[in-house]
Amino acid sequence: MSEITQEKLDQIKTYINRIKQQPYPGSYLIAVLHRVQGMFGYVPREIMDVVAEEMNIPTAHIWGVATFYHYFNLKPIGKHVVSVCMGTACYVKGADDVLQALKRELGVKVGQTTEDRLFTLQEARCLGACGIAPVIMIDDKIYGELTAKSVVELIHRYRKAAGEKTA
Amino acid sequence: MRAKSILTLCDGPTCIHKNSRVIREALEAEICKHGLSEEVGIHLSGCLGMCSKGPILIINPGYTIYGGITVEDIPEIVQEHLVHRQPVARLVVQEDHLYNRFFRIFGDVDFFGRQMRIALRNCGIIDPESIDDYLSVRGYEALAKVLTGMSPREVIAEVKKAGLRGRGGAGFPTGLKWDITARETSDEKYVICNADEGDPGAFMDRSAIEGDPHTVLEGITIGGYAIGAVKGIVYIRAEYPLAIKRLEKAIAAARENGLLGNNILGSNFSFDIEIRLGAGAFVCGEETALIHSIEGRRGMPTPRPPYPSVKGLFGKPTLINNVETWANIPVIILDGGEWFSTVGTETSKGTKVFALAGKVHNTGLIEVPMGTTLREIIYDIGGGIPDGKKFKAVQTGGPSGGCLPEDYLDTQIDYESLAAAGSIMGSGGMIVIDEDSCMVNLAKFFLEFTQDESCGKCTPCRGGTKRMLEILTRITEGNGKEGDIEKLERLGNMIRKASLCGLGQSAPNPVLSTLKNFRHEYEEHIYQKKCRAGICSNLVTYEITEKCIGCGACRRVCPVNAIAGKRQEQHVINQETCIKCGQCFTTCKFDAIVKA
Repeated sequence: MSEITQEKLDQIKTYINRIKQQPYPGSYLIAVLHRVQGMFGYVPREIMDVVAEEMNIPTAHIWGVATFYHYFNLKPIGKHVVSVCMGTACYVKGADDVLQALKRELGVKVGQTTEDRLFTLQEARCLGACGIAPVIMIDDKIYGELTAKSVVELIHRYRKAAGEKTA
Repeated sequence: MRAKSILTLCDGPTCIHKNSRVIREALEAEICKHGLSEEVGIHLSGCLGMCSKGPILIINPGYTIYGGITVEDIPEIVQEHLVHRQPVARLVVQEDHLYNRFFRIFGDVDFFGRQMRIALRNCGIIDPESIDDYLSVRGYEALAKVLTGMSPREVIAEVKKAGLRGRGGAGFPTGLKWDITARETSDEKYVICNADEGDPGAFMDRSAIEGDPHTVLEGITIGGYAIGAVKGIVYIRAEYPLAIKRLEKAIAAARENGLLGNNILGSNFSFDIEIRLGAGAFVCGEETALIHSIEGRRGMPTPRPPYPSVKGLFGKPTLINNVETWANIPVIILDGGEWFSTVGTETSKGTKVFALAGKVHNTGLIEVPMGTTLREIIYDIGGGIPDGKKFKAVQTGGPSGGCLPEDYLDTQIDYESLAAAGSIMGSGGMIVIDEDSCMVNLAKFFLEFTQDESCGKCTPCRGGTKRMLEILTRITEGNGKEGDIEKLERLGNMIRKASLCGLGQSAPNPVLSTLKNFRHEYEEHIYQKKCRAGICSNLVTYEITEKCIGCGACRRVCPVNAIAGKRQEQHVINQETCIKCGQCFTTCKFDAIVKA
């Protein structure tokens, strides 16, 4: 997903050209970055230059925006993004145990990707599923009422599914 | 022909997690099997707010609410309820009957009986993805009323009469805000809906949009008419994909039906709404920061004045209100500001939505009239604390709010009372805390959040919260010093007074309020090196008592081999190697391990 192709570049350019028809085109920078991240899984530095050129905004400004917002990744991410909710309700119900268990199991720190590029571990602000705290989100699927033990089992399930696919 | 039955299945995240989608398939299959497809309709609703009882299925007519159903229950429900018209009693969620003065359909369940739903009035009742459903519950009638018979001034007067105050947290009078923006003369004006719900533990904006997006759109459009704007923008968190999808769908449907776009409903008023996504910055909930973010810049606040109502988005007069505030508008227009102002207290009118979570039986979204006490919310609606634990505190207002102990349980919910008690209304997060939580650690948790989210623009917030966090960390690690408490108070008050925006001004609140109400816990941490809740691991020791039967379970589970002992003899923990992970404590079946 993360490789840069001409086709993707063209898509970005087409999108920016459409935006340029709108009033205040510069205000769509964050929308463009969302689109870029949707394509590559992160916001590659090279693409920032492309966006800068097309939108006529200095790369430095784009860099400033991309680094300000937590949502944008500046490095490639793993196949599955594991976000541990660190909202208050989850915290009170033991989110930290779940996070520690994940760190041990995956062998990475928060924000890092496993060596096999299968998982990226992230902390999330409230995911809004406080009723089933503590929760984690793997890609866009929510898992709730987790414990340090059940979360490890969950990771095993994903590993197994990935192993089956490649085998 | 038999009367038609309507099955409403909750499609909120919790119910989805609890298998509601599989249940839906099973229901459809079962209904088909009985040949009932023609006379039974299934539709999905947004979050019904009864998360702890999920998955929820409501069958009409009869308003039977089923909870905690599984796929195995489906044949019985279809056979008994839909074929024989006999509700399956064992699955029905029903407690004592309480009359609900506003929406009788929810009045039968205690959880709903104490509530009064205005902002969330359609959530869980209509299909959020169907504009026809919304129209059937008087949807867009308020907009029609405004466009056909009310001048912008009359609309503002109505909102003023209602006494509605901003639901985003600060409680600024909405009508006044509208008035100021309307008085500005400019060729362009903007209306913004703040859906950047960042408070950990609050999810009412998400649910309001997921459950009833048209209400929010209708409110925004009315606001646009009142101040003379041509464009509305919903600024929503990118972390809410379902809400974004439903909003997009609702906007498209409104445009198709002539409820957005040029000459709405044949009037001279033209207005359109656009969605802009946030990108995960808590500070963007602050209005000036939010505006900069929409402009495509870093979301950093700027000093006010000038207020957005004078100089906002793209330098033009801008009206910003929170999702919940907008959701109240159609009701105020339809039922009148006078009626609205009969609900609530002297200074705070209407209702407030709270996200009730933490150590309480019924977690979920609730909407109560202003003036309801914390006790009613926690014990009547919330059903009290589970597992026989003792109530310790309730945290309101998220990371900007405070912790209130038992003495404040009879505090009425309104802007002034909560502020006087040392907390805030905030966006409406309400987390119940029991004796198992350490207040120092909780304050540290909140401060970690605000420190991380501080945009770095002003020094008190950037540097001050950092220093406070260092002191708190030191205290929780058992290295607290004499004078730390006073230093925290001094720093906290300084940050509160000197920070640029609401984030910084309220960041010390969790620390200051716990210092005020739970000072003894801080003192215990510092002077006795003790954490009464057993949360701060450096201050806890685990010991094995004579209750130990020598089963060896703790020895096997210990990750650092710190436990030794022969079979059927009392085991011992080596305190030198123990890392205080607590695994032995949770593993022991004989209560032989104690925390001290």
